[in-house]
Amino acid sequence: MLSVEASTAVGQLRLEVALEVAPGECLALAGPSGAGKTSVLRVVAGLLRPDHGTVRAGGAIWLDTTRDIELPAERRRCGYVFQDFALFPHLSAWQNVAYPIRGRDRRERALELLDRFGLRDRSEARPASLSGGERQRVALARALARSPEVLLLDEPLSALDARTRGGAARELAAVLSAGDAPALLVTHDFTEAAQLGDRVGVIDAGRVVQQGTPSELAAAPRSPFVADFTGAVVLTGTARPGADGLTHVELDGGGEVVSPDAADGAVAVSVYPWEIAIEPAGEPPHGSAQNRLAAEVTSVTTVGNRVRLGLVGPQPLAAEITRTAADQLGLRPGAKVTASWKAAATRLVSTS
Amino acid sequence: MSRPGWFTILLGACLTVALAFLTVPVAAIFANSSPGQLLSSLGDRQSLDALWLSLRTTATSMAIILAVGTPAAYLLAARSFRGKALVVTLLELPLVLPPAVAGIALLAAVGPKGILGGAVDAAGIELSLTTAGVVVAITFVSAPFYLRQAMAAFAAVDRSLLDASRTLGASEARGFTRVVIPVALPGLASGVALALGRALGEFGATLMFAGSFQGITQTVPLAIYDRFSTDFDSALALSAVLVAVSGAILLSVKFVDRGAALRGWQPE
Repeated sequence: MLSVEASTAVGQLRLEVALEVAPGECLALAGPSGAGKTSVLRVVAGLLRPDHGTVRAGGAIWLDTTRDIELPAERRRCGYVFQDFALFPHLSAWQNVAYPIRGRDRRERALELLDRFGLRDRSEARPASLSGGERQRVALARALARSPEVLLLDEPLSALDARTRGGAARELAAVLSAGDAPALLVTHDFTEAAQLGDRVGVIDAGRVVQQGTPSELAAAPRSPFVADFTGAVVLTGTARPGADGLTHVELDGGGEVVSPDAADGAVAVSVYPWEIAIEPAGEPPHGSAQNRLAAEVTSVTTVGNRVRLGLVGPQPLAAEITRTAADQLGLRPGAKVTASWKAAATRLVSTS
Repeated sequence: MSRPGWFTILLGACLTVALAFLTVPVAAIFANSSPGQLLSSLGDRQSLDALWLSLRTTATSMAIILAVGTPAAYLLAARSFRGKALVVTLLELPLVLPPAVAGIALLAAVGPKGILGGAVDAAGIELSLTTAGVVVAITFVSAPFYLRQAMAAFAAVDRSLLDASRTLGASEARGFTRVVIPVALPGLASGVALALGRALGEFGATLMFAGSFQGITQTVPLAIYDRFSTDFDSALALSAVLVAVSGAILLSVKFVDRGAALRGWQPE
């Protein structure tokens, strides 16, 4: 268990956060740059001392400003993956991983870790000659070398190009679900947070404005900021090219949608909540919206002058409509509706 | 291939002038002294004494500068504190002092009648007109070159490397020796080269503070000056040796730089 409470000024920013992460859980903090995400990690690692705060990891107290307890960074067992990976440029891959390891078998232990990440044959290479994806894996192996009690990841995928990001994300997700240390990850990308975090906390201007599962946040955002930040609804399914020139996606859990994007195999389907129209269930299809899913309203949340509807159909999704439209339809939790949107508003991203 | 334009020709002409102006005098040293003459002039006692003294005093001075200057430069590069800009300026001040002023300043400070002269004397250290005085003089004039370069080298080391080292269980001192110094090494080496060049060529401050006594305070530049009115050829030969030694130092630093780059050391 990791619990953090911190209140401090970081430059112009006022940071006020309180977080708890259970063993084996990954909490992803998502927010725009300058929101204070990295500062939270630095407080946990002991690289930034907050004016007031406590950090507890496992049974140990790492920081308690009221009792004047402050363990120095080097004595906190944190695995920290830095945004640019911060690999030591003068050391080879295995020497980087072996840096925190003491004892005669440090080389063997470093090589074992590299092996786990499929990098044994790159062990003698220096960071400058490693690819972005390889650097990320070396950084991860190095962070795990100390058997950390807490894992901290700062934008672990942002330094990678789009092509390697997908694979790296899946690998990282596997590492996170295999470990039993609590993990705290920060990212500016909500989709990445949803992919890697068991829970997502949205952070804005130094405060965690809302925490929950990704679909909870998308369905019932507590503020316009969270609504905008969560962005597109993501559904998963299996794609196959159709005879009509469109791609047909069989959604996991039932239902089918179409998209003009080419794809084959496992895909993520994304659509913005404001592209989704709502009509009472049972009405015949009309208009140009080809994608239609039966759903039940689970939450109705007012966000400024809009209403965000949490829906559960074959998969959770969210729609955003004006308050006037919501009033006319008399929507409340439990109402049966049809969610529809145009094929042209449907984006497909291959996940296989 | 198209003919070069007037701008390229202008650039080339300027480079030619600069190259000629800076290399012809150096080349002339070697042109005027045959290798045989060079060797024979090195055979005499005074030259050997001067060379040996220059090497000893410069090596001692570099050891002091590295041992004290490296941590000091790191402190200035890595921490911020009130009055830091003033401290840096004071450290760099000897850079712009004329050598004669440096010599006078040392006499006024630690000479027999200087403000700290009594204390130095009480400690049983004799500086003026001794080899130790030569070390003081060349350390005084060459240390700022190293400090300046070392500060820049440390400032260029990515902060996150030291942070990473700490989160991996290493104290700041351990991270300093195992990460910061190796990463800053090319920059530190060029600082050493600048300081070495200045130290080997030191003339004015040494002459005023330590005098020119063969085997005790007469370094190579002083020996060259001592001879040039009486024995121009041997002054020329000794100059050639100094040029060769300085050139070798410059080259070896370029190799450290190159070697570091080949091994994938890029100060990021």
